[in-house]
Amino acid sequence: MLEIAIKGSKKYWIWLAILAVIMTAGVIAYIDQFLNGLMTTGMSRDVSWGFYIANFTYLVGVAAGGVMVVIPFYLHDYEKFHRITILGEFLAVAALVMCLLLIIVDLGQPIRALNVMLYPSLKSILFYDMLVLQGYLFLNIIIGWKVLEAERNQVKPPAWTYPLIYLSIPFAIGIHTVTAYLYCGLPGRGFWLTAILAPRFLASAFAAGPAVLILLCYVVKKFTKFDPGWEAMQTLSKIVCYALIANVFFFFCEIFVVYYSNIPGHISHIDYLFFGLHGHNAMVPWMWTSLSLMFIGITLLIVPWLRNNKFLLPFTCIMIIAGTWIDKSLGMIAGGFVPSPLHHVTEYAPTLKEGMITLGIYALGLIILTVLYKLATTVKEEVRG
Amino acid sequence: MMKKSRRSFLKVAAVSAIGIGAAPAISLSSSSTNSHGSSHAAKSPNKGAKTAKRWGMVIDTSKLTEEVVEHIVEACHKAHNVPDFNHEVDEGKYPKTRPVNHKQEVKWIWEEHFHNAFPDKEDEFLADKFKHLPFLVTCNHCINAPCVKACPTQATFKREDGIVLMDFHRCIGCRFCMAACPFGARSFNFRDPRPFIAETNPDFPTRSKGVVEKCNLCAERLAKGEQPYCVEVSKGAIVVGDLEDPESEPRKLLDKNYAIRRKQALGTEPSVYYIM
Repeated sequence: MLEIAIKGSKKYWIWLAILAVIMTAGVIAYIDQFLNGLMTTGMSRDVSWGFYIANFTYLVGVAAGGVMVVIPFYLHDYEKFHRITILGEFLAVAALVMCLLLIIVDLGQPIRALNVMLYPSLKSILFYDMLVLQGYLFLNIIIGWKVLEAERNQVKPPAWTYPLIYLSIPFAIGIHTVTAYLYCGLPGRGFWLTAILAPRFLASAFAAGPAVLILLCYVVKKFTKFDPGWEAMQTLSKIVCYALIANVFFFFCEIFVVYYSNIPGHISHIDYLFFGLHGHNAMVPWMWTSLSLMFIGITLLIVPWLRNNKFLLPFTCIMIIAGTWIDKSLGMIAGGFVPSPLHHVTEYAPTLKEGMITLGIYALGLIILTVLYKLATTVKEEVRG
Repeated sequence: MMKKSRRSFLKVAAVSAIGIGAAPAISLSSSSTNSHGSSHAAKSPNKGAKTAKRWGMVIDTSKLTEEVVEHIVEACHKAHNVPDFNHEVDEGKYPKTRPVNHKQEVKWIWEEHFHNAFPDKEDEFLADKFKHLPFLVTCNHCINAPCVKACPTQATFKREDGIVLMDFHRCIGCRFCMAACPFGARSFNFRDPRPFIAETNPDFPTRSKGVVEKCNLCAERLAKGEQPYCVEVSKGAIVVGDLEDPESEPRKLLDKNYAIRRKQALGTEPSVYYIM
């Protein structure tokens, strides 16, 4: 099946070449970081995680969001999703590869990464995060590949894939729950120390993942002969809508508890994000933009004639992706680390090199996604034609 | 093959780390590289080693002056090869050293204001003498240390005598421990620290870039029957001893004085007390 990937149009190769150039720039920046240490980043003693872990958190959500097509199709026989299920699974594969790479580039001693498996520490949530992320990655590779292969040969997928498909559902929930537990189990960080964090992560993931998928459906429709189906996209947009409402609702639950209880250790972080603290307010415009984008997104999706507008929908999705990305990447990291446990305000901004490395990883993710989508759409065209 | 020998190494390291009051884990790990570590890896306590059921520290804040605090910080950092980003780099030895980012500094013990050391005890009517007192903060060697729980490789571990130690050669630099520590006690080597060490102490390892470090309660000195560096130069402001022994110096001080600990409400059970 892989032979499909090396037979492409000029546009296909130019696109891959552009991505390869971006990726190479990332590799060059990474070589510098590898040789000189994480001093090349904007991270500090007080803000010890930054852009890498922020994007990691977001992409875990995108990967988990793929389950929003798997559940309706496999558990509820929702036929409209038949054509896009594979797109959801392959999106998860690309997102997870990016996640694992973002973890690797964040390590101070990447060559020692295998110590996590050589000396497993059963009390560390990071150990479990590694297990579920890898598990979910392999599940999606196997399922996606086998189901596509079966479709190409016009047979039913082998029976043993079904248990794996059902298993992938709790795994999807699992990757984002465990990722939330990385944060919310730490006693000294008031911003993260909240039981609503995992539900909030999931809600935001189930909005962001399908929103990315809708955008990809537009791309697929424009550049291939395969039509994912407008009805499937409309259903997806409803899923995005309700997940986004849940996300904002959970956020307001958090706001209520924090401000009504009036506990300083919890207030100071949200104050910093939305109003600034001791004159430091780098995050303020970002957070209000994020909240506004999410509110506009909800409005545009909840009103039927706005939601069903084929021209408007991709822009709505872009707004939602940007809004949730700011909320969950930048906000989650900056809010958690500022102010520090000793109530110092040390602000954080990524450096150019940090940005290049992250962009390089996104480029690689897009290469994987492009190749996988090429396989999927070509097979689907073949079968129909 | 490789895997097996590593595993048996781990067993030895784990057994000695758990069982013994000295500093075998440090010496074991440092002997595996060329850094200037004490390579006499002991598997049983040295004769004359100081031992305890649970090591703890009592800081008498009334004895802290700017001068004493400065001496303490300097003694600790010098002896443990902690880099000083204000140190002028020897261009001959370390050419093309990039400029430092002071936010990425490393520190084991340092001075803070009361409201930073005890942010949950901030009080507008706090007596002036406390407002301006130079408070010393360091690793609390908590009983329920969140950093130990967070570490995915057991590079940070708790010895049975209460000291929270680090294996600099196992640490992968994920910095989960830094997120977990409620006291900001941990520092990460964002860069090679060696150009910023004025005079390397050959009796203690230097670190490489990419690993986390923090106060080790001078485990290497206790193992030799000596007092921690901070205690030695503190002019009586710091006392280190066995918190479980009612006759120990720290316990006698705690019997007579009112002492507080940082962020007690979090349940980590710090082993560092401050006499007010």
